[in-house]
Amino acid sequence: MSIVNAVKGFYQILKAMAVTLKYFFTKPLTVQYPKEKIRLYPRFRGRHELQRRPDGLELCVGCGLCAAICPARAIYVEAAENTDEARYSATERYAGLYEINYTRCIFCGFCEEACPTGALKLGNEFALARASRGDLVMGKETLLQPATPHAIILED
Amino acid sequence: MDWIDTLLIPAIKAIVVTFGLLLGFAYMTLAERKICARFQLRYGPNQAGPFGIFQPIADALKAIFKEEVVPEHVDKWLYVLCPVLAMVPAILAFAVIPVGRPFVLAGRTITLQLADINVGLLYPMAVAGLGAYGIVLGGWSSNNNYSLLGALRTTAQIISYELPMALSLVALVIVTGTLRMSGIVEYQAALPLIVLQPIGFLIYFICGLAETNRSPFDFPETENELISGYNTEYGGIKFALFFMAEYINMIVVSALVATLFLGGWQGPILPGWLWFFIKTAVMLFVFVWVRASLPRARYDKLMHFCWKFLTPLAVVNLLVTAAVVLILRG
Repeated sequence: MSIVNAVKGFYQILKAMAVTLKYFFTKPLTVQYPKEKIRLYPRFRGRHELQRRPDGLELCVGCGLCAAICPARAIYVEAAENTDEARYSATERYAGLYEINYTRCIFCGFCEEACPTGALKLGNEFALARASRGDLVMGKETLLQPATPHAIILED
Repeated sequence: MDWIDTLLIPAIKAIVVTFGLLLGFAYMTLAERKICARFQLRYGPNQAGPFGIFQPIADALKAIFKEEVVPEHVDKWLYVLCPVLAMVPAILAFAVIPVGRPFVLAGRTITLQLADINVGLLYPMAVAGLGAYGIVLGGWSSNNNYSLLGALRTTAQIISYELPMALSLVALVIVTGTLRMSGIVEYQAALPLIVLQPIGFLIYFICGLAETNRSPFDFPETENELISGYNTEYGGIKFALFFMAEYINMIVVSALVATLFLGGWQGPILPGWLWFFIKTAVMLFVFVWVRASLPRARYDKLMHFCWKFLTPLAVVNLLVTAAVVLILRG
């Protein structure tokens, strides 16, 4: 080990320590989550939200294209016929049973693209932890609720 | 010399030093976690009280109330003894460090130093060497390959690094002409010794890192190859005692650097003890800063560095210092 090498090494160490010292005086990146809101981009893909028409009828017609394209096979749709007494959507059929299994869903957004009526949208809700696996299979009642994520939605 | 001078005052000082060090240890763990976190753009512990100031208390309670597990294959006597063996010398070493200007109280001059012995400089080195027994025997009594390897590395490391450390201190003694701690501090009234002994300071600091098993020389407890080394088999309060030993050693080395090279409690305007505290705190910050910046070296490189670079450098430093002092004093 020559003296030149040692001096060079010493200089390198000082340089490295200057870099870390710079970060010491930088504001931490941590978001204090429940106290502060997380910043999300609007295209962030979270929990699905089933959309309604302005008059309140469901947009979903129970075609099952979302279930067909789903690469994780997370979606299960059973169509049912609308009658004049019980009308859920504007067309002949509606989704009698609509379930998304969030233990399987990979949030790829293919379902959203496949949907012919624009009934399915991936919202911004990200807090999906549940106490049991059964609770992660969410039905229509849950999916029809618009989510209010604990986040600041940024400009796209 | 009555009983107040010989018994009461030293006893009070001893209690203050011990509890001060234990408190220092507790808040050093918090400070290290906080500072390390800031280097990594995190906040560190901030949930237990404002700025996490109750975190050490929570940690201590956790360690104390953990189940005492003594594995069947250990050498029980040594296994239980070693954490204490590691910690006590760490606290003892602080005894000779003057923490402030002597003051007069009720007609008695009180030095802010537990014992101003005439071989003050040798004492912390000797006691720190004893602390190695705790680690070595702890690793051996665990009766476990990883612990034993960690312990062996510690032995080799401490023996190797004590040599350049001692040599750098010999050069310092040649300059000051005394081994007494208070004498060394008085010598630095005008000029801290770091100006006269920059190489000695560097050598001492690097050896201090190695002596306290701190990154980048933390071989006794490498997580990745030795699963935490000599303390693998320890848990609960016994582990906490080893941890305590490491941090108190760190505080002692920082205090020694502050005393020997940075002028101790000497400084303008502010009171002496505050200067001492600031200098020690700065050195502790550097310890954490080094840990946050540098990766762990390879073990053979560590030995190579010590024997083929640091020791010769210390010898050269010693010879040059001796020659210069001889010429200047005629």
